[in-house]
Formats: sequence, structure tokens, C-alpha cells
Amino acid sequence: MSLSIASTSSSSIIKSSHFNESSSSSLSPSKPLNLRFCGLRREAFGFTSLKQCSNRISLSSRFHSKTKISASLSDNGTTPKSFDYDLVIIGAGVGGHGAALHAVEKGLKTAIIEGDVVGGTCVNRGCVPSKALLAVSGRMRELQSEHHLKALGLQVSAAGYDRQGVADHANNLASKIRSNLTNSMKALGVDILTGVGTILGPQKVKYWKAGSPGTTITAKDIIIATGSVPFVPKGIEVDGKTVITSDHALKLEFVPDWIVIVGSGYIGLEFSDVYTALGSEVTFVEALDQLMPGFDPEISKLAQRVLINPRKIDYHTGVFASKITPAKNGKPVTIELIDAKTKEPKDTLEVDAALIATGRAPFTKDLGLENINVVTQRGFVPVDERMRVIDADGKLVPHIYCIGDANGKMMLAHAASAQGISVVEQVTGRDHVVNHLSIPAACFTHPEISMVGLTEPQAREKAEKEGFEISVAKTSFKANTKALAENEGEGLAKLIYRPDNGEILGVHIFGLHAADLIHEASNAIALGTRIQDIKFAVHAHPTLSEVLDELFKAAKVGALVSSSVHEPVAA
Amino acid sequence: MATNLLNLSSSFTPSTQSLRRNPNFTQFISISVSKTNKSLIQSKIREIFMPALSSTMTEGKIVSWVKSEGDKLSKGESVVVVESDKADMDVETFYDGYLAAIMVEEGGVAAVGSAIALLAESEDEISEAKAKAANSSAFSSPSPSPPPEVVTEAVATPSPDPTLIATAAAAVAKPVAVASTHPASEGGKRVVASPYAKKLAKELNVDLNTLVGSGPMGRIVAKDVEAAAASASSAVVSESGKASSGQVVSGSPGIELGSVVPFTTMQNAVSRNMVESLNVPTFRVGYTITTDALDALYKKIKSKGVTMTALLAKATALALVKHPVVNSCCRDGKSFTYNSSINIAVAVAMDGGLITPVLQDADKVDIYSLSRKWKELVDKARAKQLQPHEYTTGTFTLSNLGMFGVDRFDAILPPGTGAIMAVGSSQPTVVATKDGRIGMKSQMQVNVTADHRIIYGADLAAFLQTLAQIIEDPKDLTF
Repeated sequence: MSLSIASTSSSSIIKSSHFNESSSSSLSPSKPLNLRFCGLRREAFGFTSLKQCSNRISLSSRFHSKTKISASLSDNGTTPKSFDYDLVIIGAGVGGHGAALHAVEKGLKTAIIEGDVVGGTCVNRGCVPSKALLAVSGRMRELQSEHHLKALGLQVSAAGYDRQGVADHANNLASKIRSNLTNSMKALGVDILTGVGTILGPQKVKYWKAGSPGTTITAKDIIIATGSVPFVPKGIEVDGKTVITSDHALKLEFVPDWIVIVGSGYIGLEFSDVYTALGSEVTFVEALDQLMPGFDPEISKLAQRVLINPRKIDYHTGVFASKITPAKNGKPVTIELIDAKTKEPKDTLEVDAALIATGRAPFTKDLGLENINVVTQRGFVPVDERMRVIDADGKLVPHIYCIGDANGKMMLAHAASAQGISVVEQVTGRDHVVNHLSIPAACFTHPEISMVGLTEPQAREKAEKEGFEISVAKTSFKANTKALAENEGEGLAKLIYRPDNGEILGVHIFGLHAADLIHEASNAIALGTRIQDIKFAVHAHPTLSEVLDELFKAAKVGALVSSSVHEPVAA
Repeated sequence: MATNLLNLSSSFTPSTQSLRRNPNFTQFISISVSKTNKSLIQSKIREIFMPALSSTMTEGKIVSWVKSEGDKLSKGESVVVVESDKADMDVETFYDGYLAAIMVEEGGVAAVGSAIALLAESEDEISEAKAKAANSSAFSSPSPSPPPEVVTEAVATPSPDPTLIATAAAAVAKPVAVASTHPASEGGKRVVASPYAKKLAKELNVDLNTLVGSGPMGRIVAKDVEAAAASASSAVVSESGKASSGQVVSGSPGIELGSVVPFTTMQNAVSRNMVESLNVPTFRVGYTITTDALDALYKKIKSKGVTMTALLAKATALALVKHPVVNSCCRDGKSFTYNSSINIAVAVAMDGGLITPVLQDADKVDIYSLSRKWKELVDKARAKQLQPHEYTTGTFTLSNLGMFGVDRFDAILPPGTGAIMAVGSSQPTVVATKDGRIGMKSQMQVNVTADHRIIYGADLAAFLQTLAQIIEDPKDLTF
């Protein structure tokens, strides 16, 4: 792109500026940036500086330019003078951040209240630092896998690691992303208000710090995005040293010889990957009868074959950890296990550490829900499908929305963000409902697991209820050139679909870079693309994306189905 | 739930569509009526074999057993999911019956055509089939399978033959049975072992109940299990006097310094045998042999699968043909026993132990067959699947430590044989030639230990001279 612009006259620049003004396409900022990058014409420089792109990241420049446009276009977005803000978001996690950026794009005067650090769980105590640790564990695994290296013709002498160095990497990543997030909001003019946010009434919020009365502000609409904290079942004493939650584990203060991980969901699984790569032995304690209960059964079985069985991991399923006592006075961490069904004592474990990864509990403390007559359900703020908060009488509370972990619909950072964007769409006059079945999820083990839509049992249940047929197609990473080149042929992609109309119901991937591969499927679901259409899309060869190409081609859609179904699927 | 299970069980197999795409993939199960045990022919217990799922498949991994032991199978039902070099596939049965015994567990690997399970025709035959499966321990577990059961017998009645070395090496240690001292183990009732220790114990067939943990709070950790598995073989090493350099290192971790550990039954047997070897008046004769010609020959025919071990065995066997006395043994102290065939036992060090697979009739078998045979024996030894006749019938033993750079060493004569030859490494040496020049030649030292009651110094000297001639002019080795 930069080349063609560089070689044309100023007319092309004018054209691109028109383009910029008339459209909100996200392509627009890249043009001035590219021009500047090429450093060609005086006009180009003038143009970019006018647009104030010169020293901003592309994200902020994009929203800035769009702000003007949409503000001039829309009348309904203008605020009555009586409100301090159009939108106040309580909680500056990924959900709140996503909502704030979109609100600014839509021309709303926006404030975000944060009582802790910007970035919330994901950035500070979740997805982000754990990716740093997993990046380390992935490399350690490669370096330790002698036969794998040998197969590639590589020789590496004993691989080692420096715990503090690894911990610093995770911490540095978190601070970096945190400051990126903060800067992106500041640059757009989002007011970041520091303190605990408490709702005083439908359009009134107070933010305060301990020992001070705080400041009351008014807003046309309020979004609750307070997120969640690690859930610790009763009977478990967390000391932050030997009995820990993911909050502590991510600091990697020590690498125990033997650690029990209570819970084998995403968090537990990712930490088992980290700890075993760093030399720990792991014991899973899972309350359900099967490890990795949240995943498609076929995927979890395969994952168990690859991620659990060959590693230094054993497990107890169908048991609760009824009591966990931290190590003290020279005694190890003691874990009492009881049968999940009969509640009878089953076993006692003595280990060096225990990580509680039993899920997350919504964080709604001091939120002032009582002021708007809202009662939480199992801690979650009740909402309808448009994230509108429902009060104790089952009525919608006007102007208050709740997104992310606090509503419990789908406890994923990007789901929170999607919900936040959806809410902003609604308050700016465009109805929008998030299709949760199009939101992908990923577990960043080595190899990764990813999924979107329904699992096979869920799909079968739905099919039975609604009276349609489903089919399953599978492809193996063993047949993929790129995977074999990487010597990572272990993996499976699975497609659950309707053979009668080609609708994609669910896609599950276990294999190299599965988390990056899932988006072709999730986008297809989000846009309502049918298999008979997407199978003609071309994939670069040789790439891992051909696993999905093969998958779509392996599906057998009824011959009578026309390939013009382009209606987006909502719900 | 039932449907769930069914869904689960159709796991990891390419859909039929993808199967059809690759014409190489066939999907079948080989079942044949057992012929290994004649008494069982009538009882219709069928062996389920590892099928060949592709033209290039030589072995398959059991991904998962769709059915469990005792399940009723009907023709066409999926029984097991097998991973070949190409893909995972469901394998179906062609017969009705009951899955009586699973012989290769999930995660285990079996060669194409080997039995992986037994299928009984009626419920009554399940127990019979189970007993049968228990007897053929060869395929019973994933990765290193437990040692053949012969071991215990061989050790209990020490026989004066070289098998002891082999059998002892294959045995698994039963160190001192001391109850775990872990405070939470409730007086030894409960074993506290780390996850990896448990996995290793299963693989190495070590009983955790007999171990003393050295981990925190007396926990059994991986190195305790490894030490237990290695301690048996370290006894063997000191017994044979061979391969000690390589083995002592791996045997030492896990040994508690300052402690006195009594012999196990097996170690007692080894000890008795070693003392018994003192009754044989042995002596040693060494020789330096130039190996340039042998090396050149080896380089030439290496690509045809010929190994140096096979070449040395062949050369030794050819020399023994001319010196039958060196191939004899003295059983009663009063007579020579001239062995009818020349069987070369070759000591092989393997994970913490030692075994002596035998190349039978090494003088008669051609070098290529001999090399193939050797490879087969080593593979079997690694898998601990050697049959007794494959390691007990040696008449002359070769022990080669050249690969460690050892230039000369001294072997203890295995009871029941007449001689053993210790082979050092072949090293470039500066030598003076007869025409007064100085040249570089590769030379190796060999050292023969022999029973002087039957083999005299001149016998050995003549044998070694013949051997040197054969090795220095090795054209006869390839016929």
C-alpha cells in the first residue's frame, strides 16, 4: 500500500483524506502512518500532523479521527447538560476498557472508575502475566524435549532457568500492558477516576477512598464492570505462600517440588503446564469425574493424553478438597480429600504447595447494589441478554448495565469487552445483542486448546430438542505440512455442523497455535458464514490454517443447500 | 450418559470421509485362534492382533480401549483406537465375544501382528483367557515391560552358566523392606510418593511399599524409585567385573551413605556365584591387533546393515573353529566338554544392567544374517523380551568396552564357560614397520580370561594369533 501511494501525485492523498472523513473504516489511520513512514512528500507530513497521528499509537489515532465524525453525525448522542458524563464505567479491566474506547468512538463523554490498578484481572493477575509464564514454559519444553530436538537435528545442552528472571518477565509484561491500556484511555480523553465506585441511584455514582467521603458524579448510563476474584471454597486456608491462588502463582515466588492444583479447568491446566515445565510435579484434584470438564469430551480426552499422562502429573477425580492447611512448623501442606458424592474421607495428601484454581467469584463488594434494589444471584449481578441489570422484582433497572465476570455469562476478558461494546451500541441508539456462541475461548497449554460454539454433547442435545441432524468432521494435525515441519503433528480439529444447511455449531481445536486458529471459525459463526461458502476460501500453503481448510472441506453439506446464506446469526 | 460415552468412544479417528481420501488406510482387525498353547485351541480364545493400518506401519500405539475387560463385543463394533504412523483409527472386531483380557494398556506400543488383547467366545472362558494373558507377560505394559518371570527361578537355583549375568540384569530390585517413615503414612499403611515417582514405579515395576523415601518428610521421590531399580543391576556390575566404569555412576544416586543395606535374595545368589568363580583357576593372555583392514571392511559394508559387533563375533567364531579347545568348558574338574556349536555371547550394557544375548552358530551364519540377528537380539533385550535360549547358550563370551575409550581391561570368567575375551578400543597408534618406517595404524588390545584346567597358555596364544590374522585380513568374514 505504501508503495502505490508513494508513487502517485497528491491527488491520491486527497483521496485518502476523503476516505478518512467519509468512512469509519479502521483502515484509515494506516494510510497517513504509511505516508509518514515513507517520508516522501511535504503534503504528506502536513497531512499526518494535522491528523495528530504523528506520535500516537494507531489505536488512539483511529478513535480520535472517528470521534469528530460520529459526533457531527449523530444528534442523539449529545448529553443533556445535567449529567457530568454520558457514560460511567465502574472497573477498568478489559471489559471496561473495551467499553470506554467504543464509547469515545461513539462520541460519549466517558469516565472510568478504578479502585485498584487499571487493567483488572486479565492484565495484572490473569491472562497477561500467565502468557508470559507460558511463553517460558513452552520454550523450556522444547529445549528439554531431547527426542524432539534430535528429530530436528538440533543439539542443546541442559536447559535451565532463573526463577526471578521468569517472574520478572511476567511482571514486566503486566506493567507494560497496563501502561498501554492507561495511555490509550488517557489519550482518548477518558477520565480515569481513582477510587471505589458505589452506585447511589440509577444515574448517580460515588467514587471514594477509605477515610474520605468521596465525590459524587452523575451519568446518563452506568456500566458495572467490576470483574471477579479467585474463588476459594470453604475449608481452604490461603496463606499466599504455600496455599495460593492464581493471583500469587503468577508472581512465581517459588517453584515447589510437588504442587496440588485444585481444579482442572483453564487456569489449573495452564498452571500445570508452567509448573511441570519448570520441574515441579503436579497432582490435580478435580471434583467432577473427568479432568478438564469444560471442554468437548473428545478434546479433553486427547488433551489428557498429551498434556497430562506423559507429564509428571497424577490426579484424583470425583473428590473435593475439603480442608487445606498451609505448611507451617515444618509440616507440609495438608489436603484432605472427600468423595464428591458420598462426602466420605478418601485420602490425605501432603505436598509442598497447593494452587486453588476452582474458578472465579464475581466481585461486587461496595458496589451499592442495594441502592438500586438489585440482589446478586450466587454473587453475580443478574442481567438480561442485553446486559441490562435486573432488580429483585425482576424488572429492568434503567440506565444500568453489567458486563464481564460480574454478570457471569461468560467469564472471559474478550467476552467482557464484547459485552461492553454491545452496551455502548445500545446506549447510542443501535440495538445489539452479543452472540456468545461466536466468542472463542482458548487455553494456552503446549499445545493449545481452543473452541467456539457448542461442544458435541451440547450440540446433540440442541439437535434433539429442535429436531435437526448434526454431523461431525475432524482433521488431524498429522496431515498438515506446517505442523509436521515443526514436528508438532499431535492435534485434532473438530467441526460440529448441520448437514442440512451448513451452519457451523461448534469448532474445537487441540494442537499447535490452536488459539490463533480458532478465529476463522468464530468469525464464520459471528458473520453467519456457512460451510458451503467458507470451504471455497483460500488458505496460504503451507500454513496451520489449512487444518481448518481441510476441516471445512471434510464437512458434507446437503446438495440442495444454496450457498447464498449470508444473513448474520443473532442470538 | 450412555450416549455421551458413545460419543466419547468414537474419539480421535478421522471421519469416514477423510479415511476414504487416503486409499492406504485400511481398517481391520486381525484375529486368529491361538496356537501357542495347544490345550487352548478348542476353547475359542482368540488373540486380537495389532493391525497394520497403513502400508508403512510397523508398530502401533494403543490410544484408548473403547471397550473394557469383560465387555461383550459384537461383530463390527469398535474395540480399540490405534495410532499408526499416519493417523488414529478405530479398530473393529470381526467376531462376537467378550473382551477377556487387555494385554497392551493405553499408551502402550505393540508391533504389527502381536497380540494386544484376548477375545473369549463365552463368558466362561474369560477367566481362562485372563490366566493366559497373565502368562504372556511380554506385552503386558506400556514402555519397559516387567522382566520375564524366569528371572526368579534362575536366581533361586544358581546354575553354573553365564545366564546369571543376564538374568540378574533383568531382575528388578527388591531392596530392604522398611516401612515408609513418612509421618502421615500412618505407620506405613499409606505410601506417600510424588506423582512422577508413582509413574516411574509403575514403569520400572518397583513396589513403592518397600521403599524408603528421601524426599521432604520422607516422601518417595523419583530418584528413590530409580535407585531401587538400579540397585539390582549395580550388584550385577560388580559381579561381572565388566562395564563397571559406565555403571557405577548411574548406580550411585540414591544410595544412603553410611548405611548398611543387606543383600536381597538375588544379590545373595550373585554373591555365591562370584565366590564360586574363585574355584576356577583362571589366567589371562593379551594381544594387540591391527584393525585398519577390519575398519575398512566395516566402512564398506556398514550400509548393508553390518555392525562391528557382528564382525568381531564372526572373526572370533572363525578363530574358534580352528581352536576347539578354547570353545570347550570344564564341568566336573575331570574332563573337557567340547561344545558342538560355536555360540558367541556378547555382553550388552543396558540401563543400569547387563545382558548377554547369544549369536548362535556364529561360525556358520553369514555376516549379514548375523548382523540382522544381532539387531533383533538387541531390540528384544531392550524390550526385555529375550527368551532364555537367547541368552543362556553362549559357549564363548565377548565383552567390548571400546566404545567408552577403554584400551584394556580384564573380565571375570562366567562359570560354565571356558573363556571370555575383553575387547578394548581401536586407537590410532604410531608403529614401526618391518621396512624401518614409522606409520600410523589403528590397533586394539584384546585380553582373554580362560580356565587353565582345560585351556593352556599356548592354546590361547595360538587362538589369538589366528584371530589377529583373521582380523588383519578380514576377507573371510564376508565369505
